[in-house]
Amino acid sequence: MANVHYVRGAMIEQLEPPAASSGAAGWVRQNLFSSPLNAILSVLSLALVYSVIAALIPWLISPTWQASSLSECREILEGASGACWGVIRERWLQLLFGFYPSELYWRVVLDFLLLIVAVAPVLFTGLPRKMLIFSALYPFLMPWLLWGGTVWGPVVAALGFGLGYLAHKLAKAALGGLAAMILAVLVPVIWWLFLAGPVSEAVASVLPLALEPVESRNFGGFMLSITIGVVAIAISLPIGIVLALGRQSNLFIVRSLSVGFIEFIRGVPLITLLFVASTLLNIFMPPGTDFDIILRVIIMVTLFASAYMAEVVRGGLAALPKGQYEAADALGLDFWLAQRLIIMPQALKISIPGIVSTFIGVFKDTTLVSIIGLLDPIGLSNSIRADQSWNGIVWELYGFIALMFFIFCFSMSRYSMFLERKLRTGHR
Amino acid sequence: MNKTVFVGVLALAGMSASVAAAGLLDEVKTRGKLNCGVNAGLVGFAAPDANGEWGGFDVAVCRAIAAAVLDDPNAIEFVPTTAKTRFTALASGEIDVLARNTTWTFTRDVDLKFEFTGVNYYDGQGFIVRKDLGVSSAKELDGATICIQTGTTTELNLADFFRINNMDYDPVPIETEAEAQQQYLAGACDSYTTDASALAANRATFEDSANHIILPEIISKEPLGPLVRHGDNEWGDVVRWTLNALIAAEELGVTSANVAELASAPGSNPEINRLLGTEGTLGEMLGLQPDWAVKAISAGGNYGEIFEKNIGEATPIGLARGLNAQWTSGGLMYAPPFR
Amino acid sequence: MATLTDPRKESFRLGMLIYDTRYRSLTIQIIALFGFMVFAAWLINNTIYNLAAQGKSTGFGFLSDPAGYDINQRLLDYSSQSTHLRAAFIGLLNTLLVAAMGCITATVIGLFVGVLRLSNNWLVAKLMTVYVEMFRNVPVLLWIVFTMAILIETLPAPKDFRGDDPAASMVLFDTVAITNRGVYIPEPLFSRGLGDFPVMADRTSPACEVGEIGEIGDACGRFQVSLDLLAVLLVFGAGLYASNRIAHRAERIQNETGDRPTTWYLRLGVIILPTLALLIALGFHLGRPELKGFNFQDGVYLRNSLIALWLALSLYTAAFIAEIVRAGILAISSGQTEAAAALGLRSGRIMSLVILPQALRVIIPPLISQYLNLTKNSSLAIAVGYMDITGTLGGITMNQTGRELECVLLLMLVYLLISLSISAVMNWYNQRVKLVER
Repeated sequence: MANVHYVRGAMIEQLEPPAASSGAAGWVRQNLFSSPLNAILSVLSLALVYSVIAALIPWLISPTWQASSLSECREILEGASGACWGVIRERWLQLLFGFYPSELYWRVVLDFLLLIVAVAPVLFTGLPRKMLIFSALYPFLMPWLLWGGTVWGPVVAALGFGLGYLAHKLAKAALGGLAAMILAVLVPVIWWLFLAGPVSEAVASVLPLALEPVESRNFGGFMLSITIGVVAIAISLPIGIVLALGRQSNLFIVRSLSVGFIEFIRGVPLITLLFVASTLLNIFMPPGTDFDIILRVIIMVTLFASAYMAEVVRGGLAALPKGQYEAADALGLDFWLAQRLIIMPQALKISIPGIVSTFIGVFKDTTLVSIIGLLDPIGLSNSIRADQSWNGIVWELYGFIALMFFIFCFSMSRYSMFLERKLRTGHR
Repeated sequence: MNKTVFVGVLALAGMSASVAAAGLLDEVKTRGKLNCGVNAGLVGFAAPDANGEWGGFDVAVCRAIAAAVLDDPNAIEFVPTTAKTRFTALASGEIDVLARNTTWTFTRDVDLKFEFTGVNYYDGQGFIVRKDLGVSSAKELDGATICIQTGTTTELNLADFFRINNMDYDPVPIETEAEAQQQYLAGACDSYTTDASALAANRATFEDSANHIILPEIISKEPLGPLVRHGDNEWGDVVRWTLNALIAAEELGVTSANVAELASAPGSNPEINRLLGTEGTLGEMLGLQPDWAVKAISAGGNYGEIFEKNIGEATPIGLARGLNAQWTSGGLMYAPPFR
Repeated sequence: MATLTDPRKESFRLGMLIYDTRYRSLTIQIIALFGFMVFAAWLINNTIYNLAAQGKSTGFGFLSDPAGYDINQRLLDYSSQSTHLRAAFIGLLNTLLVAAMGCITATVIGLFVGVLRLSNNWLVAKLMTVYVEMFRNVPVLLWIVFTMAILIETLPAPKDFRGDDPAASMVLFDTVAITNRGVYIPEPLFSRGLGDFPVMADRTSPACEVGEIGEIGDACGRFQVSLDLLAVLLVFGAGLYASNRIAHRAERIQNETGDRPTTWYLRLGVIILPTLALLIALGFHLGRPELKGFNFQDGVYLRNSLIALWLALSLYTAAFIAEIVRAGILAISSGQTEAAAALGLRSGRIMSLVILPQALRVIIPPLISQYLNLTKNSSLAIAVGYMDITGTLGGITMNQTGRELECVLLLMLVYLLISLSISAVMNWYNQRVKLVER
């Protein structure tokens, strides 16, 4: 009997995968045409994408960059449809800076660059911790750069904290913890209320270091949005922490007050709070107080953001394993020490993505100030359209504003997602 | 870190908070700036240009007041106000004077406690329609869709007009001028109604302005003028007589070109002398410099010059003087005597 | 020699208020309450002083004065002679209308987009991602004005429908007119209708006199209920209930015998036939919109401000809901999908029978807050001139009467009530679907 192999003795050469399942064709087949339904969806989507692009591209590419009025655009286009980019060329600085004096733009730019430097160590843990010192100084630097005026105002305001710390330290040794605590609050308050003004004036008259003051009415455009957003978020964070702790507290009155405030603010639309800012806040203040409208808006947006911030922080607190609280108790730490050393550092770290998305929300919501007549980007777009040369322009302005918002918010949301991923691995 | 922000801003807030002085005139003088509420954007009346410089008919009144009080027509903070925020801005003291095409009405004067210091423009509510709509009178607008700006007297006038004439309509309330115009031009409304001056101003900027007509009916009286708060008569007088000085200057032939020359020495017309401070102490009575009116007139010219420069027939807006001519030429502009 | 002394009798010392945990919480609470009351008193005191200084009177009496302005979209009868209170109420109804419409469409769109983002079709998944990011990262106010601008600028004006050779024509067999003033759709009419029933009517008032065609005036009563609609709804509801009973019975039979009787035609019949019969009895027909005078007349008119607001709010909120849905689906372990696939379910059924019901538990709490956001965002209606409660009470009424304090407070109160009731309803639902842990 012949030695017949019914099993192949040697491996045969591996064949190329069929063309339909590898390379570009395979990818297309797998990802776009895997089933009849998918095929239909793909074709429909392609058609949609094509029609949008086909309509937009010719409009976007329009030789109107140099036009100085809408009618000039129309002349250039000669009846063809196309964007009128002249308005962006002429007004983009205004959309970014509002009516801030153009020779002082550097202050705004510097301010926001420094903001990034100040926020960086909080957001990116890889950076040297020493940078946090700058972060602590920045809140005093920022208003000074934006609003100008004498440098001694913010310096003296910062000094209050130094005095409070000093009072606490000295009094703790001499008088005990409670008196130290009370003094640590009282001394700075007295300083700010009664002494700070004269002292800063006195120093300023000796050593007049000042920037040219800029009224907040000149703030506008994206700079206004960012200012309102940043200030509101920064101030709302400590208020939010206090509210979150209040809401978690087992003291009935403290809890009800916190819950009442949070639910009230979260239950009404921001626009009603802005109505309060524009029409009522001055009525609520002592006679003679005259906050300008931007400060009033910042106050109300801050209150608004605090309620949301409180919920974010509460989420962070709730996400902490119970063992952390118990461990802190077991070490014999009192409430505030436990919060400061154990709970808050962890809870805030978990909350950063939430804080960033709250910031995005507040930043987007700053557009509402246009309804009460402030000149944020949307408000400015109305003013620009009231100019005789640009009367009747729509898409270019809205498109530009939307693009700016998109760039800003999208990059922040990407960052927050990156952070979320990083934190998640850190916790497992 | 964040606590520091809070106090930083608090300190800042403390700095910008000021206690109102007894008289607004003194306060404005010490402040060195006039806070003037204007429209956030109305072609010809108030609008910022690319450099943020405000210009327009209402703005010119503010500039004249600033020039008279502070000797500097640019010492002004312009506060853009909407129809909704203007009265609260004035009532709360945020602005010293509101020059925002505001109609003088009984309730605003008496109930809202404001003092109208005169009229700088006599207006009335009108309708604009496309020619091809085939309408020649507002009485033919039965069933039409009509765009209105909210927060003004126009919506009340409109409701009354259609009610009286037993007609039906579909109101489309709109927040800003620019949007109203957009809707009207796209045909989303058959007609747009607001003050006739604003209609003319709008029409001027239309691409095909010849295809739009302003209907003959003027359905309301809209005397527009600057206003101040009740209760500070000295300040009210300053605003009132600055406006009157501009009007009187036109009547007396004092222009921005010849005002310096006329003010250099007393001339033959005693009223001009009193107005320009070369005779008498009118300025002192107001609490201002003797040459207050000279400065006010130099700021932007007399009433007629301001009118021609911003909204007159030579401008794209092209408003005729009409009711706003001097009483000597058949209009209603009538400044009380300066004596 | 006493080895033990009694513990010293504790006498109350002031320091104990702070150092003794028994009293400390009480102390803190009293201080907090006191501080709050002082703050509130300070605010009220300032307010009273300032209002007195401005010489303004306060009170809600103005609400019963005639409003003097017209409202374009009114679900109830309203004229410029009605009171400010009624204007506010009409505005409130408009707010609720757009909020309800928005919530429904946002949920539907969000669900679809969320599921499609996980699709294995690369193009569709990417397109959905682009949609979500585009809407989430641009302010909703901008979307609202943008949508409005698109509606106004791209759709034909009513005059384009006119003439022998019109530039635009009605769609869907000449029944629907899409114009830049809004969309006109056919309205249901009843030729043998039952009429309307006035609620809280003063029978003696002239408006309530029965006219020649057997109808009462529009202004009769606080509002009127359409008896036709009521009847149709009742019959339809009864049909649904009957159909439900049949399904239950089928289930029981299936449990007992293992065979499920075919009931779909029965169930369909129970719902449709009685309703159809009633509609015929009432003389149901559709009233087509027709171009008369300046505008289309008859038909249901969805005005452009409503559509713009509705579309923008739904699309904006749907982007957020899509993310919530996606996160909810991803939260279900893949074992569930695999188990369902092992049972032989198709992918569509896996989604609807296995994944979504479980994902709902994760989805619903954040969904509630999106509904709340949508309702609150509907206050941006004034940007497009939709007369919601912010436009009437917080807009024209506030401007015309100058009662800022009262109007803003009332406005806040109304929104607060809406928000609280939405959360209450949703929390109740959440409790019901919550996984009962054993």
